[in-house]
This record gives sequence, structure tokens and C-alpha cells, in this order.
Amino acid sequence: MSTVIVGIGNRDRADDGAGPALVDRLAAAGLAGVTLAVAPGDMLSVLDLLDGASMAILVDAMKAGLEAGAVRRLDVSSSPLKGELNAFASTHLIGLGDAIELARTLGRLPPRVILYGVEARDFTQGRGLSGPVQAALPELERQIREDCACTKPH
Amino acid sequence: MVEQRTIKVDYMARVEGEGALDILIEDQAVKDVKLRIFEPPRFFEAFLRGRGFMEAPDITARICGICPVAYQMSAVHAMEGACGVKVDGPLRALRRLLYCGEWIESHVLHIYMLHAPDFLGKHSVVELAAQHPEIVRRGLRLKKAGNEIVALLGGREIHPINVRVGGFYRIPTPGEFATLAEKLKAARDDALATVAWVKGFEFPDFEQDYEFVSLSHPTEYPFNEGRIVSSRGLNIDARDYHDHFAEEHVPHSTALHCRLKARGHYKVGPLARYALNYDLLAPRARQAAQDAGLGRVCRNPFQSIVVRAVETVHALEEALRILERAERPEKPFVEVRPRAGRGLAATEAPRGMLHHTYELDEQGRITFAQIIPPTSQNQATIEADLRRFIAPRLHLPDDQLRWQCEQAVRNYDPCISCSTHFLKLNVERR
Repeated sequence: MSTVIVGIGNRDRADDGAGPALVDRLAAAGLAGVTLAVAPGDMLSVLDLLDGASMAILVDAMKAGLEAGAVRRLDVSSSPLKGELNAFASTHLIGLGDAIELARTLGRLPPRVILYGVEARDFTQGRGLSGPVQAALPELERQIREDCACTKPH
Repeated sequence: MVEQRTIKVDYMARVEGEGALDILIEDQAVKDVKLRIFEPPRFFEAFLRGRGFMEAPDITARICGICPVAYQMSAVHAMEGACGVKVDGPLRALRRLLYCGEWIESHVLHIYMLHAPDFLGKHSVVELAAQHPEIVRRGLRLKKAGNEIVALLGGREIHPINVRVGGFYRIPTPGEFATLAEKLKAARDDALATVAWVKGFEFPDFEQDYEFVSLSHPTEYPFNEGRIVSSRGLNIDARDYHDHFAEEHVPHSTALHCRLKARGHYKVGPLARYALNYDLLAPRARQAAQDAGLGRVCRNPFQSIVVRAVETVHALEEALRILERAERPEKPFVEVRPRAGRGLAATEAPRGMLHHTYELDEQGRITFAQIIPPTSQNQATIEADLRRFIAPRLHLPDDQLRWQCEQAVRNYDPCISCSTHFLKLNVERR
């Protein structure tokens, strides 16, 4: 059984880098038996990352009108993203929602797919997460480790 | 009483960037068409000023996630021109190879994911995949072939980092090239099948008498190099671009419209390249065009999907030709020493000619930059297409008219982020 964790976003657009930053944390702390990847732009590339995995965890920044740093966990294994969460927000033509549904239609979606959305405050140019998004990462990491049934190495 | 009808497309789907289309119909006649681009200005030209000439390919690559190679190539050629250096031989061939990768990625994305759903009455590629999964799988495989080229030679698939003024930072190994060639050979049938698929679509009966503009090279279908020529006799060096073309601001767009000073709007992109360079297509691509029933010139913008498919075959053939003959350059780059000067260059981005102008001081710092992307060159022509296209279709209900207008805009594969320096459709009937 293999798990892939994909951090989606552009590190050079402030909080859009939340997904990649989370992947960095997991890589630094070590996480055995899990493939870590970053998808900075082309959502079609996410399809290739899902191939052969039994579980995928996708982490992306979102704008859902919540408080900055708020985290939402969505199980999209058997049902598509709800309309309002699937608003077109990609400059690369195929949004994440479409990429997930394309994978599902083509039989390339792993049996279990969890999507974490982190409410962003700031999408301006430049590196670095806003305080609330940075502060949300430890708890997000804990939840993802729980999903993977993984623990930090002793 | 004046009868007015307004059709609005507030955000156009399946185009790159943010824009809108406003159409005003008054007394059963098209009164006004405005392609409004409201993607915020991005100020790339301003923040290039003061940066080193070596930084231009990496900065301009960030203008677009779909055609970064085009930006890099126009930038390096302009810089080398300013510094009096000509990059030739194997390095030049590898630049063409990288460009082939971008054309394949970009054309296949547009054909399968963005444009084909229009012709098949689908709202998205997800709907298309539900009915024709094997076709969409083929598209994804083919796009991946392009990704492989860009990833190998560009260092990564998006925003490549391996291009430098004078050449590359690293040249892949012969083994890596051999593996790439095998993957591209496997993609050939998919490319030919794509032409056979799209040629069968139903195309609106619509032709325009365009002035086509593209690069033209004596022996090559153009990517990096050539004179700027048109179907009405223009034939100039890329350095003389500003003598013949002018950018103008229009109130409804954050993108500048570009016009030929002598004759007004013109068309760049696949149809232009194809019409002006037909004889230089790879034999297999030319045969595919003939089999698809395309003549030497195609004036129906809706058939641009077929021409893109033909160009995809060409790009694969050209990539394989380069790989078969690949000589490894002695050094990954030619040393380029800065000097004060002006550099101008044009290359063929997937959606059309892309012109860069730079001025450098003696340390090689950029003191002036001007970037003219294909979409801003095509914007006035898109509006002209729509004016003529809509007139005989005014009897259509708004939602159908809206769909067909969006499709007419998508013929251009517009890249609004690039040109903003995009789309929502509003049709007003009075």
C-alpha cells in the first residue's frame, strides 16, 4: 500500500506555498513509506503523481471565507468537490477539482483521496507564509500523520 | 424604438487568465465587440529594469506557466544580439529541441483539454473523458512527451531553469537523450491519431482574409529564428520590428493592442506559421495536413485545432531529427560578455510570434525592456473575427451565441496573463 502526499501551490506567492511548506516539514521530519511531491502549477501533473498510489493526500491553499489558517479536511474518494470549493482558481487552465474528476473518470484516482485546504490570507508575490498559515502547519502535519497512520521516528 | 440585445460572458472558461467579452447588438446589427482584458497589469517590463542581462530568461519565464520557453528564447536571442554573440551548432539545435517540447505541451493541452470539448458539445475535458476516455488518455500521453523534453532540457517541466544567455547550464547525457528519443518515437502514432481525430470535427463555415505574420527561415519551419514576413509582402529583420508595428492602449483592456502601422490588425499563431511556411513542415506533418484535407493556406480560425495537431506532428518529428543527429556541444554555453547596446529578437511561441526588445548599459544592466506577446498582437483580430462571425448568427438564443463566441475566442488559444500586461462575455442587444 503506498501513499503519496502532494503539496500544491507556488512558493513564491506567499500563502499559496502552504502545501509545499507542509511537504517540506514532512520531508525534514521523515516519513517512511510515503512519497512526497510538490505540484507548483500544472494540475494535470498531479494525475501522474497519483498513479499506483492506494492513498493520496493533497494539500492546497484555499479562499473559502474562513479565518486565515483554518484547515478543512475533505474526503473526495467517492464524491466530487462541492461546487463552491471547486471554483476555478488556477492560472493553468485545469483546476484541482477538474484534475481530481478527470483522474476519477479515467480510473486513475487512488481508492482513498483526502484533500486538505488551508485558508490563506495573502497571495501576493514573495516567499514566506503569513503568521496564521505558518501556525496552522503543526496541527495539519499531525492530522496528516494520523491519516497515514504514521508517527514521527523516535 | 431601438431593439438592443446584450450578451455578456463574464468570465470566459478554458482560456488562460482573466478577461471578458462584451457584444452590443443594436437593431439586429453588431454595433460593438470588445474583448476586455482585466487581468491586472504585471509590470514585468518595469521590474526588468536594473536587473542583469543574464537574469532576463529566468525572470521572463515567469510571465507564463504554459509558454515559459518562448519567453526564455526571445530573451536570450535579444541579449545575445545586444552583446554581439551568435549561438550556433549543437547549442542552437538543442534550443530548437526545447522549443519542440513546449509546442507539444501547449498545443496538446489546448487541443484536448480546452478546444475539443467545444466541438463535441462538452463543457469540459471531464465530460469529454466520461464519453471518450481513450481519447483523453491519448492526449495526456502526448502531452507527457512534450513534458519529457522540457523537463530534461529545461531542468523541470514548469518554468525551466536550465536556459542561460549563451546556451544552457547543463547538457543532458547521451544516455538521457537516447531515453528521450525512445519516448518520443512512442508518441508519434498518438500525434498522427490526433490529426485524424480533429479533422473530423464539424467546423463553422467561416473564413477571414487575414494578414498572416510569422517568422520565416529559408530551411526550417520557424521556432527561434527568421525574418518577420507577412502574407501581404512584409519582409523585415526582427530588429526593425518597431518601424512597422505599433502598440496602442485601448480603454477596455489592460493589454496593449498591436497593429501593423501600414495596414492595421494582423494574425499571428499556428494558421499564420502554417500558411507562410507550409513547404518546410516535416514530410510526415505535411502528409498529415494533406490527409486532413487542409490546403496550403487555412483561413478558417476554427480549423486552427487541426493546424495545431499538424504542428504537434511536426514538433515531434523535428525533435527526433535533432536527437538523431545530436552532437554534444563542447561546452554547455558560449561566453557572452556584456556591452552597452540594444537587442531585439522574435521567436515563435505556440500561440504566435513573441517579440522582445532590451537596452543594456555597459555593465549589462537592463535599462529598457519591451515585450510584445502573441495575444496582444491577435486581440484586434479576435474582435474583427467576432464582429463578422456574430452577424449571421444573431437569430441564435443568447446562451448558444455565447458558447459560439467563446469558442471563436478559444480559436486563438489566448494567453491573457501573458498579454496583460483575460475572459467574461457580455452581449448587449438593443
